Amino acid sequence: MKRIDLRRVALGLAAPLLAIVVAFVVTSLILLIAGDPVGAVWAQLIDVPLPRQVVAIINAATVYYLSAIAVAIGFRMNLFNIGVDGQYRVAAFAAAVFAGQAWLPGPLNIAVSLLVAMAAGGLWAGIAGILKVTRGVSEVISTIMLNTIATFLVSFLLSKAALRVEGSNAVNTRPIPESSRVPGISVDGIIATPNLIYGFIVLAVVVGLAYWFVLGKTRFGFDLRTTGRSETAAVASGVKVKRMVLTSMVISGAAAGLVGMPLLFGQDYTYGDTFQSGLGFAGIAIALLGRNNAVGIVFAALLWAYLDAQGNGLQINAGVSDRLVLVIQGVIVLSVVIAYELVRRAGVRMEQRRVASQLAAARTPSPETEGAAA
Amino acid sequence: MSDQGLVITTGLEAPPPPRRPIHRARWFWFAVIGGAIVVLSTVRVITGAEDIDSSGALTAAIALAMPIGLAGLGGLWSERAGVVNIGLEGMMILGTWGGAFFAYYYGPWVGILGAILLGIVGGAVHALATVIFGVDHIVSGVAINLLGAGAGAYLAVRTFSSLPGGGPTQSPPLPQLPFISIPWLSDWLGQIEETGWWLVSDIAGVLRALTTNLNVLSIIAVLLLILSWWILWHTPFGLRLRSCGEAPHAAETLGVNVIRYKFMAVLISGGLAGLAGGFLVLVASNLYREGQVAGRGYIGLAAMIFGNWRTGGLAGGAALFGYTDAIQLRGGGDVVRAYLLPIATFLIAWGVWILVRRRQGKPVVGVVTLILGILSAVWFLGVTRVSNEFTGMTPYVATLLVLAFASQRLRPPAADGQVYRKGEST
Repeated sequence: MKRIDLRRVALGLAAPLLAIVVAFVVTSLILLIAGDPVGAVWAQLIDVPLPRQVVAIINAATVYYLSAIAVAIGFRMNLFNIGVDGQYRVAAFAAAVFAGQAWLPGPLNIAVSLLVAMAAGGLWAGIAGILKVTRGVSEVISTIMLNTIATFLVSFLLSKAALRVEGSNAVNTRPIPESSRVPGISVDGIIATPNLIYGFIVLAVVVGLAYWFVLGKTRFGFDLRTTGRSETAAVASGVKVKRMVLTSMVISGAAAGLVGMPLLFGQDYTYGDTFQSGLGFAGIAIALLGRNNAVGIVFAALLWAYLDAQGNGLQINAGVSDRLVLVIQGVIVLSVVIAYELVRRAGVRMEQRRVASQLAAARTPSPETEGAAA
Repeated sequence: MSDQGLVITTGLEAPPPPRRPIHRARWFWFAVIGGAIVVLSTVRVITGAEDIDSSGALTAAIALAMPIGLAGLGGLWSERAGVVNIGLEGMMILGTWGGAFFAYYYGPWVGILGAILLGIVGGAVHALATVIFGVDHIVSGVAINLLGAGAGAYLAVRTFSSLPGGGPTQSPPLPQLPFISIPWLSDWLGQIEETGWWLVSDIAGVLRALTTNLNVLSIIAVLLLILSWWILWHTPFGLRLRSCGEAPHAAETLGVNVIRYKFMAVLISGGLAGLAGGFLVLVASNLYREGQVAGRGYIGLAAMIFGNWRTGGLAGGAALFGYTDAIQLRGGGDVVRAYLLPIATFLIAWGVWILVRRRQGKPVVGVVTLILGILSAVWFLGVTRVSNEFTGMTPYVATLLVLAFASQRLRPPAADGQVYRKGEST
């Protein structure tokens, strides 16, 4: 038993390592073909980040983590929630408008705003869920449509709810009052920088723990994973598949609703047309990279944010466009998914061989079992 | 339909026969188009929203529909062979760079080839991941989109930054492909259109849009659509390719090299998506700009699904998207408002019909339809123009509605999106 586990760990590690090696080779090749300095690029990318960059990496990773968890909830259910992008923007807008009104005092305002965001994200995802269970519409295509609809809807509502500031073109919602902002965490004691880490890193930790616990340790999570793996098996064990699809879509959307919260309460304090976009698509890539695993996604999000931060210096230090980072990220994701597939197949083959040899050892070896195992 | 009341349930009936494909008369679609023009011109005369079918709006619509149609055609080729291609967006982005780069150095015609070539590169990556390595199609497609966006942007910075008139996110102006119009006919039709007569000037407007300032690439795109239809549905090659999307293992037993067909289909798909990107740089905007594709790859995919995985339907879907896009770009809030009139009329009439003839459906459906119709009518009467955001939203909402109401009738290839591995047939 123990030997198999070791082998499994080795296989599990083989995939990401293989992917990183492939990404390294492919990117170097691209640089060579384009005539860019290969050495200088890698020197910049592998350089130890400055303390303030470390803070920026952790902050960006926090947001990425939430987005990837939202995607991963869908993935575990075999649902492709491509719509995290739209869900988090609708939710961030709703929460910003609510929190900006300051109907409730201080922390209570934050708590209720989080609920508003989750409700908005869940509702938006719920549209795709309802379309899937009642009309059989693929969630891939409906969430893509809903992303664009969200863009138009939010920009329309923003133009209605916006606070006009004299002498500025920026369109923003009413800022969140001072008392309802989430203070940053100082890391001055560990690494010398005045920059603060989002207080809502706690939110990411809580969401990560909840994800791990609910999916891994509860009956609901078991049902959800079963439905994702095999719908027929789920039906046979009494799972109401349609309700499951809708529920997981809504939960995924509610988690997506939280994506913008660290930015909203820890940095921008308002929702405007400059609010960070494209987080949902990064979340898909990070969830794939992290294998939908609560811990794996931490590393994936950190890697993503690390590449982002290191890429900023590329233009100055190596004379290469920072867009190169997007290429590297794309290559990593693609090689990771291919590597996982190859490793999975290798694992299946090894398992088959092991079972075959055990069977052969248990019985008298005959050509029939040999043939069946192969 | 009419003998619904006579059905007696015994519990012993055979399962209902599968719905037969509807065979419509040849004139059916002509009647639909004719009817649409009649409705449009009536609405135009009543509401005064001239842009509803002006030749200017229609010309813009044709130009905007082409990249969507080409992308959708790319999706069609690959999905007919059973490979879901959500990576069209990334392949289009690669195509925009390829088109711009090659057009700048070697002229617009080579630009077309460059766009196709770069699209094929994207298609090759997708084919490698999905067909050879058996990665989930949507996962691979998402990765291709990331990769395509990154590679396009990186290459653009690398190649366009130092050029005169270019920048890191923009290419210099590119040489243009020729536009074709039939000179005297176009002027004559223009005069008729000016008159504003009911029906006559509308038909003139449509004809004028079809004969004036048509880009060569638009004509090529339409030819490619027809060619794809012919190859896929009327040649042995097409039959084999579609068999890979319907029942790959059965195709395998008949000696079809499924892997090779799928690989080729995805390459063709990439090439068409690349050409769609090339259309954007060579015709629609005359230069490369970062973020130019702006989700058109996804829209192409939607147009294909909207069109039920058929060339004709796909063209209709692309036309719808192109049209609404054109209306939005021309600031046609009054046009969208004008459309509320026929929608409201139709919904109210339909609702009343259901309520009067109970058989068509439950009374609740009739009441809801009626209420929606009245709401549309109130909206129509209450505003003078619909806000631009809602105009932009229209095609997406329309696609969702079509999917919601027609998804039971949609029939994707049976093995679409399934990972095929050789020799696994059961």
